[in-house]
Amino acid sequence: MSAVTTDTTSEKIATGKARQARIVGGVLIALALLVLFVLDVGAGQVATFKLSRPRDAIVLGDLVVPGQPFNLVAAALLAFLGVRQFLRGGVRWTSISLGVGLAILVMAFLVWATADKSFSLTGMLQATMVRAVPIALGGLAGVLCERVAVVNIAIEGMLLAGAFTGALIGSLLGGWGGLVAAVLVGGSFGLILAALVVTFRMDQIIAGVVINLFVLGLTSYVSSQVFAEVRSLNNAPVFRAWKIPLLGDIPVIGPMLFNQNLFVYGALILVAVATYYLFHTKGGLRARAVGEHPRAADTLGVDVYWTRYVHVTLGGMVAGFGGAWFTLGSVGRFDENMTGGRGFIGLAAMIFGRWHPVGALSAALIFGFADSLQQKLALLNTPIPSEFLAMAPYIATIIVVAGLIGKARAPAADGKPYVKE
Amino acid sequence: MDVELRGITKRFGSVVANDGVNLTIRGGEVLGLLGENGAGKSTMMNILSGLYSPDEGEILIDGKPVVFQGPGDGIEAGIGMVHQHFMLVPVFTVAENVVLGVEPTGRLGYLDLKRARAQVDEINQLYGLHVPADTLIEDLPVGIQQRVEILKVLFRQADVLILDEPTAVLTPQEVEEFFGIVRSLKEAGKAIVFITHKLHEILEVSDRVSVMRQGRIVGEGDPKTLTEADLAEMMVGRPVSFTVDKTVAEPGRPMLEVSDLVVLRDNDEIAVDHLNMVVKSGEVVGIAGVQGNGQSALVEAITGLARAASGKIVFDGKDITHFSVRQRHSEGMAHIPEDRHKSGMVSSFTIAENMVLNSYYEKPYSKGMAIDWPTVHKTAAKYCVDFDVRTPSVFLPAGNLSGGNQQKMVVARELERQTKLVIASQPTRGLDVGSIEYIHSRLIEARDEGDGVLIVSSELDEIMGLSDRILVMFDGRIVAEFDNTGGKADRNAIGLAMAGATEGAAA
Repeated sequence: MSAVTTDTTSEKIATGKARQARIVGGVLIALALLVLFVLDVGAGQVATFKLSRPRDAIVLGDLVVPGQPFNLVAAALLAFLGVRQFLRGGVRWTSISLGVGLAILVMAFLVWATADKSFSLTGMLQATMVRAVPIALGGLAGVLCERVAVVNIAIEGMLLAGAFTGALIGSLLGGWGGLVAAVLVGGSFGLILAALVVTFRMDQIIAGVVINLFVLGLTSYVSSQVFAEVRSLNNAPVFRAWKIPLLGDIPVIGPMLFNQNLFVYGALILVAVATYYLFHTKGGLRARAVGEHPRAADTLGVDVYWTRYVHVTLGGMVAGFGGAWFTLGSVGRFDENMTGGRGFIGLAAMIFGRWHPVGALSAALIFGFADSLQQKLALLNTPIPSEFLAMAPYIATIIVVAGLIGKARAPAADGKPYVKE
Repeated sequence: MDVELRGITKRFGSVVANDGVNLTIRGGEVLGLLGENGAGKSTMMNILSGLYSPDEGEILIDGKPVVFQGPGDGIEAGIGMVHQHFMLVPVFTVAENVVLGVEPTGRLGYLDLKRARAQVDEINQLYGLHVPADTLIEDLPVGIQQRVEILKVLFRQADVLILDEPTAVLTPQEVEEFFGIVRSLKEAGKAIVFITHKLHEILEVSDRVSVMRQGRIVGEGDPKTLTEADLAEMMVGRPVSFTVDKTVAEPGRPMLEVSDLVVLRDNDEIAVDHLNMVVKSGEVVGIAGVQGNGQSALVEAITGLARAASGKIVFDGKDITHFSVRQRHSEGMAHIPEDRHKSGMVSSFTIAENMVLNSYYEKPYSKGMAIDWPTVHKTAAKYCVDFDVRTPSVFLPAGNLSGGNQQKMVVARELERQTKLVIASQPTRGLDVGSIEYIHSRLIEARDEGDGVLIVSSELDEIMGLSDRILVMFDGRIVAEFDNTGGKADRNAIGLAMAGATEGAAA
């Protein structure tokens, strides 16, 4: 007989990954050219970034960046990272290089846009956090549902229901009453979704779409017919920012993290609690088992249906809380479809964040950053229409979700109804 | 702990799965439970583990009657089941899988993984299981995953272990190690029910054997005094021949030549790794190997279901690497797929429709754009007779047939044409002995008519019985080749090669 030896594992490096590494390399080199030729800053121009406001406790000086040298260095770094992808070791560095490369691009872009102007970095970071809140909470709601294998496309509707309830009940009973009501209403929509998909095994996408359409229709009707007539029903108090002593005075990150309203603190705490719960408690282990292999969980005495009901309802409550941000956390008034797709972006953040609460929050911050960047840039008068900038995070999501940076892996049983034997 | 089943009867609709079964299970003893698929073994064990409740009869534990309401009750009473299909969460570690449902916890439901790990290691030591507690299940070989299942049951303090077809996924060497574990469990006083349809395993490891057929216990005995032939006769109800009757092969021209073939999995990992092989006309080549070593990908690439990333596939002198499935088919390639439900048949279609799935567009079944149904029905009826597909009518949905008849239908469709090459993947998995004999003889017949035949099977007995030449596949490559003229290949050496030992003995 002929005995053929099997080769070492190094040969197992799949050709697909090498191809992916080369694609990323190409992208990085293209970005380098973009920075070099398009984001070209005139000689001698400087970009001024303000790190604090005049009335802050600790006032830092402005950060003044010489535009041309900075962007030349940025282009060189991008080119280096890109070329490196084509050489050995590219496979291992693919995701990191792309992440670093995109960060460099954003910096170069900011310098270019701010050339000979000044820009408040602190203000933008604060706005980033605020705008990330509903997306992060939507993403967290998604994590709670999908970890037990229920696809919750109804997050958008739950946010909207929370916003509406917050405004209505908030106007009648005050902010706290509105908040509790919003959470309860979000939870009931979670319960309805759970009943539809767990007990009646309805298609999860359709059930979610139905809830979205129902909430959109109902809230739009009431807001145009009732709120337009009786304005006092749509005039809720707003939770103001509450500065945490000392921590709130830290330059740059202080205003972002420690001088915010209830919703920002709530989102941060919920993310921490959810992370601890999912990965360090008995309940979390069981929930994840239900999402990965429900039959295995069932044979070990974990009640699959009950677990799904509980988590989808909890997810709904989180979304309801996130919805209240739109009214009680910002303007105090409900407008038709005021969530504007934030629930769906939350789902994207969940996937981007690989079904992890902290990941979802990080992704939400990126979306929030793009959102606030777009606003501030409108003030800076750049040649690029700000709407285009607003598209950037979604393009990033498409790339990520389509699998350029490795395959984000959903819970194995995600979207599948469970039928007991 | 002793368990007694008395007069257990279980019906599913009009089907009687268990018919007045009596069975005793004793501590410190291995009970071999033998029977063909559908004989009622699994139903009975599901009753014992509390998953089903019996329509009649009772279960006694140490003489006291018990009633189980659900799957939790069996394990509560100390009866643990190791399922044929593992119930493990692939992305959890061993320790997480073992403690799931009975987690050691601290305050606030904190999951004490350190304690879980220690508990797992303790059981490891006690029974010599050697399972790494911190490894993810998906990174472990199947043999070790099975030990995790056993660990799970032991962790829940089971005294009775039901092992459902535990050796189906193991290499011969892993089977030996597995038997070692079974023996150490026995010495520790556990009662073990070992379910299988492999006769020699029953004889090797059990202390007592019970044979089931059609829902009843049809024989009991002492393995020391029984032979394989006795057991087979009890199991099937008539004398069975173990060897496939065949003459010495007369290989002719190369029918299939695979060179430097690389096939990737969906996740871009290499499934088939620069593989070379030849199948000649008039010979049966068997590919042995533990499941998951690239056999499925190889078959898919040859039959056109998967794309070859690189390399060449030549069929009777023609390069077919980039041919479509239909082109390969019209060149004379027949494919009996490994999973008939997934890719061999359409359950909701009638038998007649299934019989022409691969040729409905050709004459005489199609006239212009219309299908000539009378011809289809006539031909299907003829195929059913030729291939012993037992059905009252060809108008019934194929899903109504028994597994054996479904498979014979697929085989009929593939072989009742002019073929030059037959690719058969797990052709007899889950079938009764009668159907297995029949399909085997048909494959040998195809060989004798001058076809090249390629068999892929994880049942080494099947490979040994059918093949003229045996290739062993490991990690995407052919790692060894054995001449099996007259069934003379060295079983032990094949087993070693299947486990990836590269020094494999010569044949």
